[in-house]
Amino acid sequence: MPTLDPIAMLGDRSSVRFEPGPTEDKMILNMGPQHPSTHGVLRIMLELDGEYILRAEPILGYVHRMHEWIAEQKTYMQFIPNMGRVDYLHAMAWNWAYVGAVERLAGIEVPERAEYIRVAVTELNRISSHLVWWGAYLLDLGAFTPILYAFDDREQILDILQDVTGSRLTYSYFTIGGVYNDVPADFRERCIKFVSRMRSQLPMYRDLVTSNAILRGRCEGIGELTAEVARRYGATGPVLRGSGIASDTRTSEPYGVYDRFHFRIPTYTEGDAMARYRVRLDELETSCEIIEQAVANLPEGPIATKISRNFKPPKGEASMAVEGARGKVLVHVRSDGGPKPYRVKLRAPGFSNLSLFPELAQGTLIADAVSILGSLDLVIPEIDR
Amino acid sequence: MNAFSLLFTYTAARLVLWMVLMFAFVGLNALVLVWVERKVAGYVQLRPGPLHVGPQGLLQPLADAVKLMGKQLLTPAAGDKVLFWAAPLLAFTPVMVCFLPMPFDPRFNPLPMNLGLVLILAFSGLGVVSLCLAGWGSNNKWSLLGAARAVAQSVAYEVPLLLSAMAVAICAGSLDLYTIVGRQGGWPWQWYGVKNPLAFVIFLICAVAETNRAPFDLPEGESELTAGFHTEYSGMGFGIFFLAEYANMVIVSGVAAALFLGGWQGPFLPGVWWFLLKIYGILLFIIWLRWTFPRVRFDQLLNLSWKWLTPLALLDFALAVVMAGMRI
Repeated sequence: MPTLDPIAMLGDRSSVRFEPGPTEDKMILNMGPQHPSTHGVLRIMLELDGEYILRAEPILGYVHRMHEWIAEQKTYMQFIPNMGRVDYLHAMAWNWAYVGAVERLAGIEVPERAEYIRVAVTELNRISSHLVWWGAYLLDLGAFTPILYAFDDREQILDILQDVTGSRLTYSYFTIGGVYNDVPADFRERCIKFVSRMRSQLPMYRDLVTSNAILRGRCEGIGELTAEVARRYGATGPVLRGSGIASDTRTSEPYGVYDRFHFRIPTYTEGDAMARYRVRLDELETSCEIIEQAVANLPEGPIATKISRNFKPPKGEASMAVEGARGKVLVHVRSDGGPKPYRVKLRAPGFSNLSLFPELAQGTLIADAVSILGSLDLVIPEIDR
Repeated sequence: MNAFSLLFTYTAARLVLWMVLMFAFVGLNALVLVWVERKVAGYVQLRPGPLHVGPQGLLQPLADAVKLMGKQLLTPAAGDKVLFWAAPLLAFTPVMVCFLPMPFDPRFNPLPMNLGLVLILAFSGLGVVSLCLAGWGSNNKWSLLGAARAVAQSVAYEVPLLLSAMAVAICAGSLDLYTIVGRQGGWPWQWYGVKNPLAFVIFLICAVAETNRAPFDLPEGESELTAGFHTEYSGMGFGIFFLAEYANMVIVSGVAAALFLGGWQGPFLPGVWWFLLKIYGILLFIIWLRWTFPRVRFDQLLNLSWKWLTPLALLDFALAVVMAGMRI
């Protein structure tokens, strides 16, 4: 009868095994795939000396759902619902990037009203995404309470978007040539009401949370990222803006009607977790401004350009970049003239941002690594796609 | 039967009665405290807290306890079984001894002795051994990190804790909690907490750290070490650690109330009610801290103790010696 060795059965054989000897005082520790701070099924292999991290290596693929492959099996319209599921926190950005790429490919004009609605719902969605990040990040740092306040605010957004789109999280509201249905009559009032509520909440968050001494001790000077390194790894979004580069797809490659809006791009030069934190909190304010302008100038008219049921874009390729809550969302579509895309490439900002983690985490404590990981604002399904 | 054995039987009976009473008190208290904690958390977090089991959710902790008892007890395959199960026992037993010299009421002293404070401090120091064994016996890396943190934290915070407690003992001229309470009066200006506020603040901070409560809950730091030293415990194994944590909170609050807030002393109400009221006041403060602050980092925690609390406690101790000399 074979004997079972429980120690040999433990652990993951594919990872580096702990070998006694020259590495005696080092320890390999798997953080995840089930760990409270990886927010999903991200696994990070840590090589530790005590609590100090000598090496960190993210291991991906636990929620790989083959979105790019599915795109090749579906018609252009059928693939839209998948885009709401790539990044569940900022579904609108992905909706827009895919739909926009196809529109560029086929040369479809989008009506004015649809453009303004797109801006408004995308910015509402960005606020809800940043609020979830804010709550979850503080949860990582051991503060249990802020997430419930964040979810209370987010609930107001979800209620608005539910009446607009019919769903609360994985929206597939955009359609090729516009949006699926018109916004309800009280959309403008509800947006204005939400914006004023959000503005009255922000000073409280700043006073009670951002200026807390313990929180600042956990964020300031942690995970310092220079602009040079951020560029080298292809970081985008708040991570890049926290390192002092005022790069935002909304202004650098304006899409839709963003060139008609006036807004500031929050940038901080410190490059630490606190800078990334402040960028995101400031973006809540920026998004409020954009929503105000969008609903104030919302024109009347059709909401979508009709496209034929048997939609076949011409042969060729096109891509569209959108500023998502986590950074530059890019969708590249190639058509061979048939009813299905020949190839769809999804560029997830979280993937590039996560690749910074080994660089930032080296030499820090586990607690700091958790803080750094949180400050990168990762959505694992988006990274794995 | 001679006089000696009669006295012995009487003392033993008193002790047993006290222990039974204290078991009931600790158990009941833990249930109430869990409810209070969840209600306070609820009010802090814009939600009602437990609501449906019993009136205002009062029976929710009881339901939780029954659930915990019904769960299977798992032992890690590669863990050390003896140490693994010795740890929860070791966490809970010293806690019961600590209630022995607790001055609930001047009319009932179960075991008159003149070293009550030392007994409590000595036995509550044992708690860290159980965390250490739990971390080691689990054969889990997260648990081990939690245990290492627990030991370093306990050593760091025991020093200022002892110094601030001794500052009061010097002033009162006794290590017996009954005597220390007796030296204070019913009004706040007669309390050592007001006469020596620095010692009170240091004691409170150290008490929160010694009971591993947020923002100093590093040995179990959920978002970093999954659950720290009790990652591998299921059912009542976890339940006993939980119970011990709440009992420890009551003990540190009881000691703080006796040393700094005049214990049973107070107008109108009978002594035991004043004592419980003061204990619960401190407990509410500890609970409020947990739901308000983020967790500190480990080096920040140690720096706070070694660089600030320990020197300040030493200074305060010197001050207390002067105060005692001047009979303030």
